[in-house]
Amino acid sequence: MKFQVNGVEVFASTGGRPFDKKKPLIIFVHGSGLTHMTWVLQTRYFAFHGYSVLALDMPGHGLSGGESLKTIEDMADWISDVIDAVGYKEASLVGHSQGCLVILECAFRFPKKIKTLSLMGGAGAIPMNPELLSLAENDDPKAVDLMMDWAHGPAGHFGGHPVPGLYHINTGGMLAKSRTIKNTLGIDFRACDNYKNGFKAAKEIKIPTLSVLANGDKMCPVKEGKKLADLIDGSKIEIIDNCGHMMLLEEADKVLNVLKKFILTYFPIKKN
Amino acid sequence: MTDKKKKSTDPKTYKFDTLSLHAGYQPHKNAGSRQVPIYQTTSYLFDDVDHAAALFNLERGGHIYSRISNPTVAVLEERVAALEGGTAALATSSGMSAIFLTIMTLCEAGDHLVVSSQLYGGTVNLFRLTLPKFGVKCTFVKPRDTEGFKKAIKKNTKGIFGELVGNPGNEIMNMPEIAKIAHDAGVPLIIDATYQTPYLCKPIDHGADIVVHSLTKWMAGHGSSMAGILVEGGKFDWMQNDKFPTMTKPYEGYHGLSFAEEFGPTAFTMKARAEGMRDFGPCLSPQNAWNVLQGIETLSVRMQKHCSNAEKMVEYLLSHESVAWVSHPSVPDHPDHDLAKKLLPHGKGSMIAFGIKGGKEAGEAFINNVKLASHLANVGDTRTLVIHPASSTHSQMNEATLKFAGLSQDMIRLSVGIEDFDDIRNDFETGFRAARRPRLVSNQ
Repeated sequence: MKFQVNGVEVFASTGGRPFDKKKPLIIFVHGSGLTHMTWVLQTRYFAFHGYSVLALDMPGHGLSGGESLKTIEDMADWISDVIDAVGYKEASLVGHSQGCLVILECAFRFPKKIKTLSLMGGAGAIPMNPELLSLAENDDPKAVDLMMDWAHGPAGHFGGHPVPGLYHINTGGMLAKSRTIKNTLGIDFRACDNYKNGFKAAKEIKIPTLSVLANGDKMCPVKEGKKLADLIDGSKIEIIDNCGHMMLLEEADKVLNVLKKFILTYFPIKKN
Repeated sequence: MTDKKKKSTDPKTYKFDTLSLHAGYQPHKNAGSRQVPIYQTTSYLFDDVDHAAALFNLERGGHIYSRISNPTVAVLEERVAALEGGTAALATSSGMSAIFLTIMTLCEAGDHLVVSSQLYGGTVNLFRLTLPKFGVKCTFVKPRDTEGFKKAIKKNTKGIFGELVGNPGNEIMNMPEIAKIAHDAGVPLIIDATYQTPYLCKPIDHGADIVVHSLTKWMAGHGSSMAGILVEGGKFDWMQNDKFPTMTKPYEGYHGLSFAEEFGPTAFTMKARAEGMRDFGPCLSPQNAWNVLQGIETLSVRMQKHCSNAEKMVEYLLSHESVAWVSHPSVPDHPDHDLAKKLLPHGKGSMIAFGIKGGKEAGEAFINNVKLASHLANVGDTRTLVIHPASSTHSQMNEATLKFAGLSQDMIRLSVGIEDFDDIRNDFETGFRAARRPRLVSNQ
């Protein structure tokens, strides 16, 4: 669906069901240079099972208007604005990679609005490889090729997509190339590189938090994810085998199962 | 130091030959079976009703019924998508069903297509006679008439279709320019690249949006199994205009799903599967998918031999006294020779058309007397194949249509195999000797 946030048109997938303000809201925040489509194998489940879902395209990404936001802090404020714009007082947040930094900062800034955090392939800081950052900022498609290489685990490089007929690396690459690379990936990578508040924010988080980590993740390795999770009071950790950073697609069912268990426990649908 | 730095930024994604053997398959999820298993089953157990609903609602990936998808077929689909540089693929029971499914996913009654006139005879009939029955009309344009494609576009045009190298005359479409024409008009370019395989050309890299193949041919190579596939490039923006409402608007058949919004770079394949395979059902059998996979494992080595044998054959035919003309993109005076160098850098393919002196009678004598070369209605087998199109593949065409399709009565279509070239040449000598004989008799 399309709606306005601060006068700019925003697109969000509602998971194939109409957006219903009576249902609890889960917001999904994508990673650097990507779009709402990375969440397709998680969002539809929740949309069909009693939740209202918004898998956002961040400003300047995918089908959303505007320009990419330049800092993680601005993105965190924007998520809060999204919650206001759709008429909610609270939401559960799910983030992937850069999206984890965004929702962490959002929960730090707006603790009353955020009910749970689910961090997929998250870390307290995501310093960028200088060569990768430079390629992305210079609009070089090789940045996307490298990201797709590093973001997929050994198995994902062969394929075996859960949706019959789809090929991981080319699909992910096409998502990241859907808009101008320097204006999406370049800006996002710089925002990740500049963000320094993750560990401080983590210590202040008092809401149920789940960290889902992949044992083949080269971009946000398990040890970095654990370092962050250890700082969050009561945080839960799930480690997914046989995949890399793109766990949402590489092992979509396993990710959905742990997310489902967590959300249904800590952000249940209120029965009348 | 600089070289070292450069090396560190090269992606380590697998290359073509490796993908030919491995793409789309994870042994550890299949009991460790090194070879792709043949899932000879119609249907798949659901864990519970929630799991069943999740599969039907496209909440999760997975298999329901082998008409829609099958694990063995899915390996083939992913492998071809990987080799073509596509985001997704959908395998079908034949190349013709891949074309039909593509058009049915793209068009509705009242729509129009711009189509190259140089096509396999069956494809010509699909566009000329069958699709109009579904309300889809076509304008045919000669493949070298790039400007003609632009002129033929109408308000209701939904795509441009052509064979990269036309069958059987070897005319080459200027794919990058025609892609631009299509994209300026807001419609996709669909390319049948059966003759090239992704080893010789990846049309998506040159602007094509959807690639179709008859996998029966070079991709499989062995001539044992019928199969087809459509591959999506993932770059086409279905939401840029209102030409494709069935891609962009809520679809009643899936709880108001908008394929373009939800699946973006794989939207076309998702729709073709969810709607097309469900409603038309031209599914590929797992056994045939497995057979094709065996062929794809050796695609690059076979294509190299096909192309080297074809070059030797061109040289032989060009100097032969019984041959009136030879058409192959490797011949320097072929009208598309320069374009072929650009689009087909790894080889110009193994399809040769030539005219035999003595016309139709000589052609028939040649065909009847070669022993190694097989006379049949197929191309792209590992064995050398010959046919006389005017009396076989294109025989349903009248004289005028035949001429428009660039065919002549003296034309022999040759698909060069990977046998020892000396043996093919010796066989052709026998055929040519026989072809000359009737004329000697009639001259006495």
